[in-house]
Amino acid sequence: MKKKVTIIDYGVGNVYSVANALSMLDVQVKISSAEVDIKKADALILPGVGAFDVAMRQLEKSGLDRILNEIVLREKKPILGICLGMQLLAKSSTENGFHQGLGWINGVVEKLELSAPYIVPHVGWNSVTFNDNTPLSARLTKHHEFYFDHSYHLNTSPDIIQATCWYGKDVTAAVQHENIFGVQFHPEKSQTSGLKLFKGFLNSIGQIPS
Amino acid sequence: MLKKRVAAVLIVRDGIVVQSNRFQKYLPIGKPAIAIEFLNKWGIDEIILLDISATRLRASVHPAMISDSVSRCFVPLTVGGGIRSLQTVDALLHSGADKVVLNNVLFEDETFLSEVARKYGRQFVIACIDVKRNAAGEYRVYDYTCDCITDITVDTWARKLEELGAGEILIHDVDRDGTYQGFDSSLCKLVCEHVHVPVIIAGGAGNPDHFVDVFSSSPVSAAAAGNFFHFSEHSVIKTKAAIRKRDIDVRLETHANYADAEIDSNNRLHKKSDEILDKLLYLKIEKEII
Repeated sequence: MKKKVTIIDYGVGNVYSVANALSMLDVQVKISSAEVDIKKADALILPGVGAFDVAMRQLEKSGLDRILNEIVLREKKPILGICLGMQLLAKSSTENGFHQGLGWINGVVEKLELSAPYIVPHVGWNSVTFNDNTPLSARLTKHHEFYFDHSYHLNTSPDIIQATCWYGKDVTAAVQHENIFGVQFHPEKSQTSGLKLFKGFLNSIGQIPS
Repeated sequence: MLKKRVAAVLIVRDGIVVQSNRFQKYLPIGKPAIAIEFLNKWGIDEIILLDISATRLRASVHPAMISDSVSRCFVPLTVGGGIRSLQTVDALLHSGADKVVLNNVLFEDETFLSEVARKYGRQFVIACIDVKRNAAGEYRVYDYTCDCITDITVDTWARKLEELGAGEILIHDVDRDGTYQGFDSSLCKLVCEHVHVPVIIAGGAGNPDHFVDVFSSSPVSAAAAGNFFHFSEHSVIKTKAAIRKRDIDVRLETHANYADAEIDSNNRLHKKSDEILDKLLYLKIEKEII
């Protein structure tokens, strides 16, 4: 049976692009914010294009934060946060003032402070170096290029970092804590490498010790 | 390392991709979906789709046209054309757009840029500046809805747009549009000196050397071409292969990478040596499994 993936639609996020990429893989995709679709899914994707506070407010307003807390933390359903979706997993962010995040993983989101010639936002294709044997990179070789587009980055503890890229300093590119995955780049917009990353994530369903 | 980006601009008029010459003459190319599919296959880094009929009709680029066109698009798609409300931005995000371009709306309502940046983050908004040279040869902001050159200088306008929240600046060199005479490096340098966000240059690409020139002589993050990519097979891959040979770091992950090919300044391939051709005879190409 095809795996069911629900893309969480909370108002900000390029949901259509993510769904389009996943439709190339052998999965059943649904864009939804309904509790029933989130419960039914084998895995969740939290996309994100937007400002941290606006996104967090949308999650709280719709009650999605409560539903997700239950399903991700208690039921240990695999979830992949993309870009802002990954940043929301953290404890807090300083984008447009101090705001609390979902707090599922360690770390805080801070503005990229870089010296010349590095400019912010960090936009474009950058080489990403994965640790050995990470589920996300299972279908990839060690170095791959992915599309980044962000002004803030996740400052977190080394034990959950799965991949980094170099942009004036090491920038957190991918994280994993148990069933919670996050990527700073946009796999849905990173051609074949991105599809392979999704495949790695989907293949890991049911294999993560909870 | 962050790569320099090679982007494609698709000019859409009444739902059809057109080749444009200084925004005065248009030649139809075909459906956006097909153009996007091929550019994607050929490893383009980014696609910018601009609907030029929208603003004139006081309408916005139609989200349905986008959703009909993106099923084979796995690179970032930036969409522009008559966007003047947050509802339109929302609808576009739900139709396959990844970023938006704002241009003429900013002459009337600068705050709209800040509103979009506030809600979606500044990395989501590209501000486009159409540039023309005035009678004295100085760079000025051009308003294509009235076909008039304004008094606004390009550097002040660029700085203003950055302050308002633009995450990237797209410089559209209208004078060179469709002329194949190369990018204007001094224009790029001028803008890059005045802003601290990535700058994309469009207008004038005619061969791979033009990309090499602009990447090596100015700090632009991306260079875009429209017409130049339309009429030859693997145009994007050949361009990137030629750029790579000149030691500029661009992404080249397509299976065909032309690493062993000679490409001349007209982006034409030369015949490979007999030795290489002999080897190719027995080369088995496996289909890539995702």
